Amino acid sequence: MELIKLTIDNKAIEIEKGTTILKAAKQNGINIPTLCYLELKDLKIVNKPGGCRICVVEVEGRRNLAPACVTECQPGMVIHTHSVRVINTRRTVLELILSDHPFDCLICPKNGNCELQTMAQKFGVREIPFQGVQSTYRKDFSPSIIRDIDKCIMCRRCEMMCNEFQTVGALSAINRGFESVVSTAFDQLLEKSVCTYCGQCIAVCPVGALTEADHTSKVIRAIADPTKTVIVQTAPAVRAALGEEFGYAPGTLVTGKMAAALRRLEFDYIFDTDWAADLTIWEEGHELLDRLSRHLAGDKTVKLPILTSCCPAWVKFFEHQFPEMHEIPSTAKSPQQMFGAMAKSYFVEKLGITREEMVVVSIMPCVAKKYESSRPEFAVNDNPDVDFSLTTRELAALIRQSNIDFNNLPDEDFDSPMGSSTGAGVIFGTTGGVIEAACRTAYEVFTKKPLEKIDFKELRGLDGIRSATIDFDGLPINIGIAHGLGNARKLLEEVKAGKSKFHAIEIMACPGGCINGGGQPLHHGDSEVIKARWRAIYEEDANKPLRKSHENPDIIKLYEEYLGKPLGEKAHHLLHTHYFDRRTDIVIDLEK
Amino acid sequence: MAKYKYHILICGGTGCRASESDQIHKQFDIILEEKSLEEDIQVIQTGCFGFCEKGPIVKIMPDNTFYTQVKPSDCLEIIEEHIIKGRSVNRLLYEDPETKKHVEDSKHMGFYKKQLRVALRNCGFINPEDINEYLANDGYLALANVLEQKNPMAVIETLKKSGLRGRGGGGFPTGLKWEFAAKNKGDQKYVVCNADEGDPGAFMDRSILEGDPHTVIEAMVINGYAIGSTMGLVYIRAEYPLAIQRLKIALDQALEYGFLGDDILGSGFNFNIDIRYGAGAFVCGEETALIHSMEGNRGEPTFKPPFPAESGYKGQPTNVNNVETYANIPVILNKGWEWFSSIGTEKSKGTKVFALAGKVNNVGLIEVPMGTTLREIIFEIGGGIKDGKEFKAVQTGGPSGGCLTQKHLDTPIDYDNLLASGSMMGSGGMIVMDEDDCMVAIAKFYLEFTVEESCGKCSPCRIGNMRLFEILEKICAGNGTREDLDQLRNLGNVIKDASLCGLGQTSPNPVLSTIDNFWDEYVAHVDDKKCPAGVCRDLKRYEIVPEACVGCTVCARNCPVNCIEGERKQVHFIQQDLCIKCGACYDKCKFNAIIIK
Repeated sequence: MELIKLTIDNKAIEIEKGTTILKAAKQNGINIPTLCYLELKDLKIVNKPGGCRICVVEVEGRRNLAPACVTECQPGMVIHTHSVRVINTRRTVLELILSDHPFDCLICPKNGNCELQTMAQKFGVREIPFQGVQSTYRKDFSPSIIRDIDKCIMCRRCEMMCNEFQTVGALSAINRGFESVVSTAFDQLLEKSVCTYCGQCIAVCPVGALTEADHTSKVIRAIADPTKTVIVQTAPAVRAALGEEFGYAPGTLVTGKMAAALRRLEFDYIFDTDWAADLTIWEEGHELLDRLSRHLAGDKTVKLPILTSCCPAWVKFFEHQFPEMHEIPSTAKSPQQMFGAMAKSYFVEKLGITREEMVVVSIMPCVAKKYESSRPEFAVNDNPDVDFSLTTRELAALIRQSNIDFNNLPDEDFDSPMGSSTGAGVIFGTTGGVIEAACRTAYEVFTKKPLEKIDFKELRGLDGIRSATIDFDGLPINIGIAHGLGNARKLLEEVKAGKSKFHAIEIMACPGGCINGGGQPLHHGDSEVIKARWRAIYEEDANKPLRKSHENPDIIKLYEEYLGKPLGEKAHHLLHTHYFDRRTDIVIDLEK
Repeated sequence: MAKYKYHILICGGTGCRASESDQIHKQFDIILEEKSLEEDIQVIQTGCFGFCEKGPIVKIMPDNTFYTQVKPSDCLEIIEEHIIKGRSVNRLLYEDPETKKHVEDSKHMGFYKKQLRVALRNCGFINPEDINEYLANDGYLALANVLEQKNPMAVIETLKKSGLRGRGGGGFPTGLKWEFAAKNKGDQKYVVCNADEGDPGAFMDRSILEGDPHTVIEAMVINGYAIGSTMGLVYIRAEYPLAIQRLKIALDQALEYGFLGDDILGSGFNFNIDIRYGAGAFVCGEETALIHSMEGNRGEPTFKPPFPAESGYKGQPTNVNNVETYANIPVILNKGWEWFSSIGTEKSKGTKVFALAGKVNNVGLIEVPMGTTLREIIFEIGGGIKDGKEFKAVQTGGPSGGCLTQKHLDTPIDYDNLLASGSMMGSGGMIVMDEDDCMVAIAKFYLEFTVEESCGKCSPCRIGNMRLFEILEKICAGNGTREDLDQLRNLGNVIKDASLCGLGQTSPNPVLSTIDNFWDEYVAHVDDKKCPAGVCRDLKRYEIVPEACVGCTVCARNCPVNCIEGERKQVHFIQQDLCIKCGACYDKCKFNAIIIK
């Protein structure tokens, strides 16, 4: 490690060669403000186009100001991060950005959570000296994502996520000059693009240009409707992040308070998607074993590896990008949709009501789940299995709106029969969790021996692509894991080329898995937040008395009472799905 | 040449072709055939002569007789008089505006006297579509020598010693640039010729490619050899069809003659050149934006470092030079760095091509030694201001250059002096303004261009230039305040200080330089709500001077909104609230009875 000497704000420092001014300053207690810059170190996500010019600093001897986020320190540099010239420039640049930004902060979905707003507050901007035109574009309402690109500040974070990290390519800068904005190709509606609704654009948007479709008022109305039985399911990753919305440290598990809050919101039954995750493992685990045994028996028609299918953004991704491989993913529905299907069959039967009298609400860390619940194949007579899917953020808004003092709620439990779960269901919330849960069950079912070590530590971690070989009592099973669609693409290209060594691959669209889903509280570029949630998920798993899906007594009962056996006829009908070729969905309508 | 008695050179540049120089060529061919002279007289379409003001140009060699504004119908007379009878056609000769005498030999024309054509040496001299003509003028000699000497570093050393700096605008030493690219390792290095000439009014790169494409090819091959690259790319705007056509012909010929392709001149060195088309974005002249555009990405700049020499096209070490820079290289290698560095000023060597435009008598493409003064260019080469008006300002460096004034006229032009005066060399645009130009309106005009052409990546340039433009609009409309003037200065400096690339770092120059040099004019707009040059429509007021008005009614009859009243032979008056300030009355009045206030 080569060290170089320089001066920042009159302080002589030594820093590793190659460090940017921004990082050098930070390491020395100087926080240079940034806007377009984003780095999630542990997930290898970096956005530094050097475009916003908020982080400019003065370097003695240099003609113009230097953007701290991209300028590397040089020996002997003398840097001033708050000279008059810097402060004036930074402020003027901020005023310029604000001059082309709508002033509707009070009613903006990002009010109070907007990086631009925070910066304006920090800089003490009290008036905008520039009056002039503001760029305006049409608003785009897709099933999951709302684009209000009048608010776009061209930080390009979403573009980086969508193109470089996810390799989806739905968003990119269009137009030139003052009209430049990040949008879809030919400025089409998102619905007509290759967008997977992963929502990572929302997760990184510093302003209100990208937000989720808000369904909270629909849920409030459904609860208020006396003719409806409204039940709610909560995904595993929600409990590891919801607390952040109420001031808890990242990684604080609020499972009990969440259940209590949902009860205060007057849902009729508080259930758990983890229950459906256990059910998913029964189906998907058996599907894996079925394909594996047939493969071992020499059946050449069997497609391996099997790919997980619980992530709707990932499903839409391969439907657009790899439609010829539609036989490879597991046919098992996602836990959200399994829950919906069981609620509107098994549970309505138990209650003696019709499916139309039931409203199923899901609380998800995800915006793609909104789209998934609206897919026509997940409805019976136009009545969807899951009526409304809310994000973690929307649930927090709902709790605040309903005057619930979240922090002082007691811990409460989920209701029966769709509220019990094992630790295996919990770890669905993070990358590697689904396949670990599947391994816990598949091992015992396949080897007919009890698992000695429940934790498959070799499957855990935050590296974008991971692999491990699990010993199924003498039979080595090769497992691949990818999170982030760009990483998924790499594994899929291998499969497509016939070079994949894996028997099973778990794929999550979001970096980190559901804990960092597009519907989670915003991390604002702090990857410690994501790591804390990740640890919380495994903590919840470790604390569960039951940790293998096939030991969930309510699921065992469900098969006995209702479904028969995994992959059986009824299970097949209710819990499995099929995939589409979506290449033809992309229609360029230049007329608009 | 000896085979022919006369050569008739016709300008085949885009400008003269637009004035039917093609037809002139055909006409000459027809007449020569009729008169059975085609064996003795050769007609050649050359590149641009530069004297576009007087185009189409026809030059008769070896007499060096320079005919201007030739029409197809003049061809017969030129053949019969000049070729057959040996008498110049006086009416087609250039007339010296001072002595009123016809000038036969172009060497004696004011326009050419002070010029030194190095980059343009073959333009207007050889047939660009015939490689043999290039060869006959030392073409590919430099390449042959370089390949024979087998010392790439010596080429770079020669360029470093010559003092050649990039002619595209930045003025970075070319030799150093090559050295960086040579030192960086890569699987496939690239040589890129930047022919994305975006400055409005500048056309030196186009003229070189149209008039002497082989010089660029030769220089690129040398560049490839010097830095260890086997692949060249010419990034040229698709709006240059003639340049593209001639470049393609030249590439084919170079390949056929073994100056391109595998094992060039038996040296074992391979080099190929491909063409990439630009869609005309001004910012794609910036090298990183150009590279992104070639890669199929959005044409926008990225932060340097990494420089293209480290990580350019496809992440490989890439050397990007502009057309004019390349055009200098074969000559430097042939004549030696000592010769080149003897021309010019201390830090700017050689010559520079300028596109002289605006209110000068001789509009065109000129090439002068660095260090020539603006006065020499405007008043000697340019022949002074049109219609005897007063010189007011000259804008150099393209749309983001600054406006220089009377006090700068005797400054020797080079990179550093222009920068110190608040302008820049740019790619060599030079637009002359006279007393009728409003400097506020001029600044607004240039801003309008940069607002359109900003790539939109960084906020100061994307939004700041728009706000600058809006403030200027406000001032021109008579709604400006003193605070606006302060804001123009502050904002202009912030945009320069904080923008990502050269476009934003220079775009406020027209505003800042006009504020500095024409402060009174800004104040007149803001305080007095007057446009001294009478350009800004909202600040103009047409009035009829009662003493001069004879009541002829011409003004009233020509007013499109019927806002002029008055009986025949009575003094007329203008209803100001209805007047749209179109100026029709002003133009039509024969008695100078209408004035602009």
